[in-house]
Amino acid sequence: MACGVRRAGAACALLPAAACVLLLTAGCTASTPSPLSPGGAGAERVAGLWWLLFGIAAAVCVIVTALVLWAVHRRREARPSTRSGRRFVVVCGVLIPAAVLTFVYVAGLDGMRAFDDPHDPDQLDVEVTGHQWWWEVRYPGSPFTTANEIHVPVGRTIHVRLRTADVNHSFWVPQLTVKTDLVAGRVTHLWFTANRAGVYRGQCAEYCGAQHGRMALHVVAEPAAAFQAWLAGQSRPASTRGSQAFTSASCASCHTVAGTSARGTVGPNLTHVAGRRFLGAGTLANTPANLARWIQNAQAYKPGNRMPPQPLSPEQLDAIVAYLETLR
Amino acid sequence: METLDATRAHEIAAEAAGERVSSRWEEPPGLFGWVATVDHKRIGRRYLVTAALYFTLAGLEALIMRTQLAAPDAGLVPPEVYDQLFSLHGTAMIFLFATPMLFGFGNFLFPLMLGTRDMAFPRLNAFGYWVFAAAGLLMFVSLLFGAAPNGGWFSYVPLTSLRYSEGANLDVYTLGLLFLGVSTTAGAINFICTALKLRAPGMTLNRVPVFVWALVVTSFMVVFALPPLNTANLLLFLDRRFGTNFFDTTAGGDAVLWQHLFWLFGHPDVYIIVLPALGIVSSIVPVFSRRPIAAYSLIVLATVATGVISFGVWVHHMFAVGLPPLSLTFFSAASIVVTIPAGIQIFSWVGTMLMGRVVLGVPMLWAAGFIVVFVLGGVTGVMFAIVPFDQQVTDSYFVVAHFHYVLFGGAVFPIIGGLFHWWPKFTGTMWNERAGRWSFWLVFAGFNLTFFPMHISGLLGMPRRVYTFPSGLGWELWSLLSTVGAYLLAAGLLCTLLTLWHAHRRGPAAPADPWGGETLEWATASPPKPYNFAVIPTVHSLHPLWDARTLASFAEGARSESRVLADGHLVLRTSELDGEPEHPLEMPEHSVLPFLSAAALFLTVLSLLFGWYVAAGVFAAATAFTVMGWLWPWEKAQA
Repeated sequence: MACGVRRAGAACALLPAAACVLLLTAGCTASTPSPLSPGGAGAERVAGLWWLLFGIAAAVCVIVTALVLWAVHRRREARPSTRSGRRFVVVCGVLIPAAVLTFVYVAGLDGMRAFDDPHDPDQLDVEVTGHQWWWEVRYPGSPFTTANEIHVPVGRTIHVRLRTADVNHSFWVPQLTVKTDLVAGRVTHLWFTANRAGVYRGQCAEYCGAQHGRMALHVVAEPAAAFQAWLAGQSRPASTRGSQAFTSASCASCHTVAGTSARGTVGPNLTHVAGRRFLGAGTLANTPANLARWIQNAQAYKPGNRMPPQPLSPEQLDAIVAYLETLR
Repeated sequence: METLDATRAHEIAAEAAGERVSSRWEEPPGLFGWVATVDHKRIGRRYLVTAALYFTLAGLEALIMRTQLAAPDAGLVPPEVYDQLFSLHGTAMIFLFATPMLFGFGNFLFPLMLGTRDMAFPRLNAFGYWVFAAAGLLMFVSLLFGAAPNGGWFSYVPLTSLRYSEGANLDVYTLGLLFLGVSTTAGAINFICTALKLRAPGMTLNRVPVFVWALVVTSFMVVFALPPLNTANLLLFLDRRFGTNFFDTTAGGDAVLWQHLFWLFGHPDVYIIVLPALGIVSSIVPVFSRRPIAAYSLIVLATVATGVISFGVWVHHMFAVGLPPLSLTFFSAASIVVTIPAGIQIFSWVGTMLMGRVVLGVPMLWAAGFIVVFVLGGVTGVMFAIVPFDQQVTDSYFVVAHFHYVLFGGAVFPIIGGLFHWWPKFTGTMWNERAGRWSFWLVFAGFNLTFFPMHISGLLGMPRRVYTFPSGLGWELWSLLSTVGAYLLAAGLLCTLLTLWHAHRRGPAAPADPWGGETLEWATASPPKPYNFAVIPTVHSLHPLWDARTLASFAEGARSESRVLADGHLVLRTSELDGEPEHPLEMPEHSVLPFLSAAALFLTVLSLLFGWYVAAGVFAAATAFTVMGWLWPWEKAQA
């Protein structure tokens, strides 16, 4: 029995240490959206804060566990002390925690400054609107609308203005910055800077209904020149060659393809859909085969989303996919 | 002169006066007696059993969710079912398990610990139980019709408004919680009055057991915290049913108002759950450390301070909502300050153990295990007071890990420890020591394996409340470990259940005082007689049963009619602060009316749910009539 306690106690003390090591190794996976492998200044700040908090937390856990184990295991002959124990409680339970917590609080206040409005005149504005269950993205001053993929230049301050078209959502790209909610009836803001190029996965973090689990987005951080090229490409209207297949089907009632008669606004704007990495807000990789599957029956992959199954002939489907694949 | 112990003192009192008192406390047998009983011990046991049943159901929901999350892209249940499972799991664990379970402990133990014969309002007590049982029935049955709450346990608008949630799901939520709130409020008032007016003579406020303090503070918190929740639910019900626009931002309402109202209840509620559980620990630790609790006055102050400060921390649930940073710094500070009283309690138990002589019986094993896991939940709690870190990991699996360490570690561990500790009183039987140890180690291992990996999932960016997740993001291993842990945890809980059940059916009879207890409940029979104490003792210290004068008071009181009180269904009323005897109080006896008024109120709620407003009016009138009958000063037939 006694050794059982000791074993479990040792396990408790080791758990934080084990977790620390595992986290470091697990965080190495390139695609893991871990806040502890930051690609932005804000996330870096929080990662630093985490290791500070983790150190203190681990120390507290180890000390208390050790005291409990010692109380249970030391020699039993000792007669219970009749002292009140008030001094022990005041020192260990009030004075020491108060000092540590004051330090932690100040560190937290200092950390908050990393997320304030930096008042950077050179900042790039991005407008993100949450929908059940996808992200609409605009760049004020540019004529286009895109979805689920935000391109940003590395090293420049990005100001994201967040709105929702329906219920509350939360914008969370852990490697770049902390999350901020999209709140009905309000506009919220966040600022971040990507320090290194890469594709950062984000996901809605406020429960928003049936497909909350499949509402991802990707932030593509690239060098300024590549970003400008992307911006210019997005601003061009789509090619109209073969658009007949798309506009004559039911697609156009919900989706817009700039430059054609398709002007629906229920679903994502598809003007340059072939250039995006994923379909259905991170649900499927954007390949021609997946695109065909998605159009035929999106409900099979993301049940409950607003796109009904499309009763199309194989020829119609091929023509639509072929057209959409030209929209780069 | 013989040396007295609790068992002997109890025997002397029972021999001297047991028979005379007993005749005044009989209840009718059979089904009628079963429905009409107002015995706080029977009601307390019912609370425990019913809450345990709801715990099992909500736990099975969690097991389905963990099975779904064992592997990426799994399709065991569709998203709309998964959403109901996690919403009902949270709602049930908070409202239908934790608080009622602890109220069950309170109902059973309050009169016993305080040295009296019943709760202050016995019929209100019975009424509260029936309402609670019916509210739970409504919520769980709704799942069978696909109409269980599906907006998460905090049901944020506008997702829960009629526009985005057309089914009855959220009506079950709002009406169910309003209905349940009646029971919780009634119970809280009952605890407050019992603790203030029915303590044994001599039990001044500084001799009140910590468990009683904890539950009284909790009860005051309930009285102040439930109104914002009830308001929120009423407004949402009106929005959904009658087209008001309290939360509709397109018509001038405010969606954040819901969040403020909810968390103004919701954060105090965390302490409403945890404080009485900590009170259980404060009962177990001194008995099994063979000395009084360290720094009693500090632990009581800490309990009261927690109750007050917890009303000033609710915005830490809303750090990511985009509120002004200056206000966040205030709530961050308050959230840090509220951990100090928790630190006091932790070191009070640790100090008690260090300065005592620990006997590692099964209840103490749970208490010691609790300290270890609760500290882990506490340190991650401090992290959530730090604004930027909170904004990073809130609504991720990290927060799921945190609050399960606090609520499972901080409440379920003490609750199970308390069940083992007071099982001899609850049932009059003893459990098997070996099986008890197996239960603990299985649950301890399963609990940590389930919830520790969730910290890591969260730190790898996994959001909570997702019905599935894609592969390739590094989440598979941690998610699978949690699932394996969940099954181990379920096995441990099953083992606990079987151990206790076996004791109840086959266990040896329990002595009056198996642990050498400190507080008055151990000076009653196991299980206690309907009248609890044949003689009302006089309390001379904080630990009455370790104190010769209090023990002697049982024999002394047996010679005094004013302490035997055999002339009726009587308890002794005492003063609020000093426990000075005032006068005997005739208590209400068994009645079927509390059951009938609860049933009528339940039918009112059901009618509102189905939109039968005329029927609702009729049943509401019926409720009022039964309550009038219950309160009517009928002439009592004198025997």
